[in-house]
Amino acid sequence: MSYLYSKKTLVILGFVILLIMPFVLAPFNLNLLGRFLAYAILALGIGVLWGYAGILSLGHGIFFGFGAYAMAMYLTLQSGGMPDFMGWNGITELPWFWAIFSNPIVAIVLAIAVPMLFAGILGFFTFRNRITGVYFTILTQALVIVVTTLIISQQQYTGGTNGITGFDTIFGYSLNSVTTQQMIYWTTVIFLGLVFLICYKLVNSRFGKVLIAIRDGENRTRFLGYNTSIYQVIVYSFSAGVAGLAGMLFVLQVGIITPSMMGIVPSIEMVLWVAIGGRGTLIGPVIGALLTNGASTWFSQTYPDAWLFFIGLVFVLVVVFMPKGIMGIISTIQARRRAKKYGKDRKEEAKLYNSSSI
Amino acid sequence: MSSVAMQIFNGISLGSVLLLVAMGLAITFGLMRVINMAHGDLIMIGAYVTYLMQVIFVQYIPEQFFDWYFILAIPAAFIIVAGIGMLLEFTVIRHLYGRPLDSLLATFGAGLILQQLIRTIFGAPNVGVQSPSFLQGSLEIFGLYLPFSRLFMIGLVIVCLGGLFIYLYRTRQGRRVRAVMQNREMATCVGISSRKVDSLTFAMGAGFAGVAGCTLTLIGPIGPTIGLNYIVDAFMVVVVGGVGALTGTVIGALGIGVFNTFFEYWTNASMGKVLIFALIIAFLQWRPSGLFSMKTRSLD
Repeated sequence: MSYLYSKKTLVILGFVILLIMPFVLAPFNLNLLGRFLAYAILALGIGVLWGYAGILSLGHGIFFGFGAYAMAMYLTLQSGGMPDFMGWNGITELPWFWAIFSNPIVAIVLAIAVPMLFAGILGFFTFRNRITGVYFTILTQALVIVVTTLIISQQQYTGGTNGITGFDTIFGYSLNSVTTQQMIYWTTVIFLGLVFLICYKLVNSRFGKVLIAIRDGENRTRFLGYNTSIYQVIVYSFSAGVAGLAGMLFVLQVGIITPSMMGIVPSIEMVLWVAIGGRGTLIGPVIGALLTNGASTWFSQTYPDAWLFFIGLVFVLVVVFMPKGIMGIISTIQARRRAKKYGKDRKEEAKLYNSSSI
Repeated sequence: MSSVAMQIFNGISLGSVLLLVAMGLAITFGLMRVINMAHGDLIMIGAYVTYLMQVIFVQYIPEQFFDWYFILAIPAAFIIVAGIGMLLEFTVIRHLYGRPLDSLLATFGAGLILQQLIRTIFGAPNVGVQSPSFLQGSLEIFGLYLPFSRLFMIGLVIVCLGGLFIYLYRTRQGRRVRAVMQNREMATCVGISSRKVDSLTFAMGAGFAGVAGCTLTLIGPIGPTIGLNYIVDAFMVVVVGGVGALTGTVIGALGIGVFNTFFEYWTNASMGKVLIFALIIAFLQWRPSGLFSMKTRSLD
């Protein structure tokens, strides 16, 4: 118990450090960190879905992308009316599915609700038929291809491969000013904290226990009388909503969203963050997202060619040799230390801590 | 009428490419439950082997033999890519049996490495491969112009399929493969080395990816990420066709190929993709485990 308590203190400490970062970091670096934190929110959603319910979605890019597009559409409309690309493509009147995004509340609600609804429908039609595991993963990947091709081809409405960019104000404040960026950063941190809390409550509730049961033995859970597909649909939908939220926060700090940011490769990379951080934990995805993106930014600037070799190698090594990621290593070390102290069987200890669920 | 016939032909030719790509996937997935995301990159390497063969012929072989490069490239691609596949199986996939989702991620990583390797050697821009002269032009039947290259692809797929069929259903080694596919534990109990079967079969699946890469050079220019365009469709073929029977893969590939071509003909390329995805989801409502699946009473 004291162990969990100390982990909790660490989480709160990390949160506080993130909160005071605007006073420490230069604006450019703060912006980068804010971006990574938006990714961390996304990773939390994937972490719950994959780490606890055992559902691997390679299609979270599109939910993330939808949130980002919704926010970008709102920002474009309020900072300069019709987007440029519509004019270039000969569209003079704003289509209705753009017009509704001119209201910020509608835009924010839709950015979360549409991914949830969409995931709910797709999840219903797949999980209902017990299409799970690998088959589901393949379907989500196909979904990414479908959606990105659609966005690219409908360029008069979506901006095509260039995506949406060129907005510079939010609620009348300049997006480029340091204060606005700080506000957005804090919003991101607070949402990260909120999502973390919700996920924590979720996985430690009765619902979360059923999710873990489904992950470890779906048929057995079904035989115990649980309707597993409902649980899977709900958690998939929840995770999609979190991705939408992350997308909104992401676009505020990056200022652009394009189909290539939500395609097949980014969608798989999102899963990699969780794998590196440690699946089956909540801290893991956050650490994984921050660390991988930080390393990626630094590494790909310094050694652009070696980067893909490196990330590929990390992918292989992490998945093959350390399936529990960084958190797995940490808990193994802690268990060893404790074992030394109390002289217990090390392996038993390691097992115990690998199954703890924060 | 003739346009419909032309669409059917295009559909079959797309289906045959998909079939060639999916054949290797279906074997490895059916046998080992391994999702090989690097399959697309193995295809890409097959395409580059063809390119390399062309470069060698242009530089060292007298010009009148140029057309032979393509004939030689097919077995070369099969052997080289099969070798890479065997290496991949030995280093990565062997550790991942029984963890299909993990195998997907690890092979994706391996694929990234292969991609970057090719990019380092050949450069990032696309390269073009010149079709051999005997595949240029087209055959005229009933007012339809059927390109030789497409006909050749269909023929090649039939040959590969026939070879695979004979191997799986008419040889001793193929019987072992099927035995391991149906019940791994039981097969090892009667003395089949499942390790050997896995390694050989994976190499063979990779080899077919190499041949698929070879034929892709007939369609258009090739680049380091060419595999990505085909891999997801090929996975859909495996999902629709079901695991464990070649027939399912064949019907799945031709079905997706023909439907895809028609949807694209009636609407446009992107709407076609949306419709085919919706169709697959609808199809899975009716047959959740694909057209043909092995009947088994085991659950977990």
